[in-house]
Amino acid sequence: MSELKVEERSIVVPGEILADGMEYLPTKGTYRDGNYIRASRLGLVSVDGKVLKLIPLTGKYFPKRGDVIIGKVIDIMLAGWRIDFNSAYSAMISLKDATTEFIERGADLTRYFNLGDYVIGKITNVTSQNLVDVTTKGPGFRKLVGGRVIEVESSKVPRIVGKQGSMISMIQTLTGCQILVGQNGWVWLQGEPRHEIIAIRTIKKVEQESHLSGLTDAVKAFIDEELKKVQ
Amino acid sequence: MNKDLKQHCARFSALGIRLDGRRFEEYRPVEVEYGISNSAEGSARVKIGTTEVLAGVKLSIEKPYPDAPEKGSLSVNVELLPLSNPKFESGPPGIDSIELARVVDRSIRESEAIDMEALCVKTGEKVWIVNIDICTLNDAGNLFDASALAALAALRDTRFPEYDEEKNAINYDKKTDRKLPVRNMPLSVTVLKLGNVLIVDPISEEESAADARLTVGSLDEDTMCALQKGGSAPLTSEEIGKMVEMGLKHGAFLRKHI
Amino acid sequence: MSYQKRVDGRKFDELRPIQAKAGVIERADGSAYFKIGDTVAYAAVYGPRELYPKFLQDPARGILRCNYNMMPFSGSGDRVRPGPNRRAKEISLVTEKSLTAATDLSQFPNSVVDVFIELPQTDAGSRCAGICAASIALADAGITMKDLVAAVSVGRVDDKLVVDLNYAEEAYEDGTVADIPIAMLPSSGEITLLQMDGTLTKEQLLEAFELVKKACLEINEVQRKALKEKYTLERNDTHE
Repeated sequence: MSELKVEERSIVVPGEILADGMEYLPTKGTYRDGNYIRASRLGLVSVDGKVLKLIPLTGKYFPKRGDVIIGKVIDIMLAGWRIDFNSAYSAMISLKDATTEFIERGADLTRYFNLGDYVIGKITNVTSQNLVDVTTKGPGFRKLVGGRVIEVESSKVPRIVGKQGSMISMIQTLTGCQILVGQNGWVWLQGEPRHEIIAIRTIKKVEQESHLSGLTDAVKAFIDEELKKVQ
Repeated sequence: MNKDLKQHCARFSALGIRLDGRRFEEYRPVEVEYGISNSAEGSARVKIGTTEVLAGVKLSIEKPYPDAPEKGSLSVNVELLPLSNPKFESGPPGIDSIELARVVDRSIRESEAIDMEALCVKTGEKVWIVNIDICTLNDAGNLFDASALAALAALRDTRFPEYDEEKNAINYDKKTDRKLPVRNMPLSVTVLKLGNVLIVDPISEEESAADARLTVGSLDEDTMCALQKGGSAPLTSEEIGKMVEMGLKHGAFLRKHI
Repeated sequence: MSYQKRVDGRKFDELRPIQAKAGVIERADGSAYFKIGDTVAYAAVYGPRELYPKFLQDPARGILRCNYNMMPFSGSGDRVRPGPNRRAKEISLVTEKSLTAATDLSQFPNSVVDVFIELPQTDAGSRCAGICAASIALADAGITMKDLVAAVSVGRVDDKLVVDLNYAEEAYEDGTVADIPIAMLPSSGEITLLQMDGTLTKEQLLEAFELVKKACLEINEVQRKALKEKYTLERNDTHE
């Protein structure tokens, strides 16, 4: 008889036994060890029938094709720009992927993106050696002027964005701030300073409470309360 | 590099607040804990917000300098540990840790906080040497003030170990009741010029956006014992006057935590 | 002569009191505090991050790099001169090997995971305390690993096998002493660190392994609890 040793959504650590028996199937974040299935990283247990996986609670962002990310220009090269984006690797924006404008050979690339600039773009390719290509061509992709960038756990990004962007648009509407969330856990925001601080506190709250239900109402109440304090 | 961040700070300053919502002259919570290492003769932990440093004092006996045969001596060292900030690298002390150590050293030395003559064991032959080592655990800004405070707290926690004069041996396992003679309370307050405002207790983002800084070492509300200007922007004498005033005032605030 | 009673009154198979905490250094990707008796270790993990110079990179997997360091005031005698000495370098090496056995960095070719271990206070067993702290910090950083590595020394004092020697036992003078720091993957019992100072028979060594296994399971419990506390605390904060 196979037996589950932990509850759904419990927090487990590497090496911990999740199930005993061959009926269960180990997937992401778990591994088989004889009759046992054990956790191979820290996370929340997710049981789908006989399939076990872990939802990570911590860890570096892992780049995926199609993800929208926020990055920071750390080097300007002949072929384009190198950006840091909170992952184990840096990414490249090549000349042809930077803008729809034609960039002449030998042009001053700092006119487009300078060192230290933040940009929002999309990952177009990740090779087996984790060389990452990013494009900043496309609607909404651009250099981020002004504002500031904060960091959240990349695993919490889906919750911060919410279903169809519901959570983040609520925070934007209530605080009047412009907010862009990269899948990589970098969040750019700009707004009236006191409201911007409220928006940051709210995002941190969602990050911390990401597993709770009824979060939308709690977040709305929190922002209303904070807004009263600054009026 | 930090042009955008600087402009962003300015928008906040215009409303009298900072990036994290604090007022210009508001410290984060300060905590001091003593005796955090029993292998040191004295030690302390200081937290300012999430910035955290440890300081430890080791005493040894050596031959005094020939020009001061009756005086002990002091040495201050800061280790900017790579564990505390991804920007810090392993290896010999870089210029930042040297500057930090020298500024802490100067405050303690110039205030004559330690009675060096009381450290004489035998004139011209044996004196106590006070070694202060400051190690950073988490750098979230303002290592200057945290380090100076930790050094002072560790000095005040220090007791001499047993010393056998005949054998010329220190028994580090046995601490005596005799405290290190610390006569006053030097510490430092670093004031930053950020755009057109002056702030205390900067966080890392503010440090990277700042134009200039002035570290004001003081031993009481009226007396300075060290100054160090940093950053590349010049300061006017009016600004320095204001910064010194802030430094002395907040020095008194920090001293209450000792 | 016979070793009848331990210097600090512990049973022969009894560990010193342990405290552990995860997530103590905000800037790090993962961190931990581990105290056993009077030995205190902090560990911080940064990465995976890009590794330079490039010739150090491994295209098959990320590499783990450990740095063990005693704070200058952490020794029982004289001040420890800052910077790596031969002892610290060797301990960094064996620490690295003992943790590499548990971690899987195949997802992160060409990268590095840096582990920094710092000791503010020591009373024997510092490399083992460092390894215990480091493995909590690695899990806190979300690194893939098959188990948390637990480490403790086991030894022979005169005629008795004992776990978790303190400094007074290491320095025992009425008989001979062997000190064997061991790190283990508690779920499988596999050994990832093994050193020995002193003299010992093969039988004694095998007997020591049995003793240390039980101790490592105890340590493993404390490590797991520290991690769960951190992440459960984050949850509970939310119920206010």
